[in-house]
Amino acid sequence: MSAHVKYRVGKSKLAQGIIVFLAFVITLPLIFIILYIFEKGITKINWDFITKIPKPVGEAGGGIVNALVGSILIVLAASVIAIPIGIMGGIYLSENRTSRLSYWSRLSVDVLQAVPSIVVGIVVYFWVVKPVGAFSAISGSVALAIMMLPILIRSTEETLKLIPFSLKEAGLALGLPYHRVILKVIVPCGVSGILSGIMLSIARIAGETAPLLFTAFGNPFLNTNLKRPMQSLPLMIFNYATSPYDEWHEMAWGAALILLFTVLFLNITTKLITRRWNVQL
Amino acid sequence: MKELGIKYLWGRTWDPVSNVYGAFPFLLGTLLTSFLALIISIPFSFAVAVYLGEYNPKGWLSNFLKNTVELIAAVPSVIYGFWGLLVLVPLIRELELKIGVLPYGIGIFTASLILAVMIIPYAASLGREMIRLVPSHLKEAAYALGATRWEVIRNVVLPYTKSGLFAGILLSLGRALGETMAVTMVIGNTSEIPSSIFAPGNTMASVIANEFTEADRTVYLSALIELGLVLFLVTVVINIIGKRIIQRFTNE
Repeated sequence: MSAHVKYRVGKSKLAQGIIVFLAFVITLPLIFIILYIFEKGITKINWDFITKIPKPVGEAGGGIVNALVGSILIVLAASVIAIPIGIMGGIYLSENRTSRLSYWSRLSVDVLQAVPSIVVGIVVYFWVVKPVGAFSAISGSVALAIMMLPILIRSTEETLKLIPFSLKEAGLALGLPYHRVILKVIVPCGVSGILSGIMLSIARIAGETAPLLFTAFGNPFLNTNLKRPMQSLPLMIFNYATSPYDEWHEMAWGAALILLFTVLFLNITTKLITRRWNVQL
Repeated sequence: MKELGIKYLWGRTWDPVSNVYGAFPFLLGTLLTSFLALIISIPFSFAVAVYLGEYNPKGWLSNFLKNTVELIAAVPSVIYGFWGLLVLVPLIRELELKIGVLPYGIGIFTASLILAVMIIPYAASLGREMIRLVPSHLKEAAYALGATRWEVIRNVVLPYTKSGLFAGILLSLGRALGETMAVTMVIGNTSEIPSSIFAPGNTMASVIANEFTEADRTVYLSALIELGLVLFLVTVVINIIGKRIIQRFTNE
């Protein structure tokens, strides 16, 4: 081999080395974060931690049950609002691919996906919090529902698009009315895709903090009334992490561990579902 | 909202106490953090995209990398912020002591680092898809001419996917501009024009997050909302341009 060829091969090897190195370096932050939070948080988690409300600064003990319950309720309410709208929107978009309305609604889904979460918070503040006159958990749910919608619509649409046209035609040929075809043929075929869309969107909003700052607002006590301010896990982590007290930092680590593992669990399960049932998202 | 006028965007002081509002420090802060994060993240997301798209598209190792990168996007931003505040900030402080600038720890640079990690998955996964779309006969033709692997990537794959990679970068920029929580927690929250990239500052999103519930006058509130409007318009425009480029690319 001439020197020039050697030089070129060497350069190629070098570039490959750099690329492989850089590609794997970026997994380090994730691994560090998970390990660090695990190490810091695991010691905090015990029965008291998940069943008691927080104590005032300076007293030992206390838990995060208010944030846990709040998170679950807010996310549940958001799902109740968003899931029907999202799935119906997705069905519409996959059934009417070329109509004018679907062009505009597809565009608005794109825009909605691009909206920073803090802006969603502002909008909901003026839609719900201002007219009612008080911060409430339900306004937080509305904000999160708005954030769920684009993911839901997109995943439903993409799954239903993959269903062969012949299935639908077979249903119609048997004399089924259009709405029965949608309910009994199309939706069951796409159920795994829709399901994973739901899980992904829940995973996405479970960790959202910014839109909750001025909607659900947070609450140091246990509250199950959706019309009143409510604490949630990410909100609690934010407030406690930026506080100057060490005990609060410790509690935030515990809460972060719970939140992180819930979100990662949801994501990994979704991935397994999509792989098992061969859904493309 | 309009009462503040367009001049508001260039106002250099933000002083709610005396009712003076100028958004320039936040505009600058947002631009600085986002572009710095972009510059840090580009080599990494490019490397991931090339590795997954070209060097090693199948197998457990690339599966592992692909899933890890996707999980990076899944971690809630408040957790990045928390981790950044308690782990990264002390590290940065030591670094700043070594290079001899004021050791704040928190500041624009720290925020950019965290942002860079957060936005890598977006550009990387899009880039991977784009690189896979390169027709194999183009690559094979180049190999047949005796090109090395790097030369194929450099002279065939990259020019072909140029617009797609650019779109991926645009989308991650849109993400970086709107990111709130992680930035709020590590940027330091001062409403002055940052003097260097190590100084604390504020971005549009973080100032909204911090001051919205404290805004007690209508003017104060509308100043914050106008910030939100600017943020909204900018991210939407960036995203639509990005999506358009991708659409054109995949239709060709």
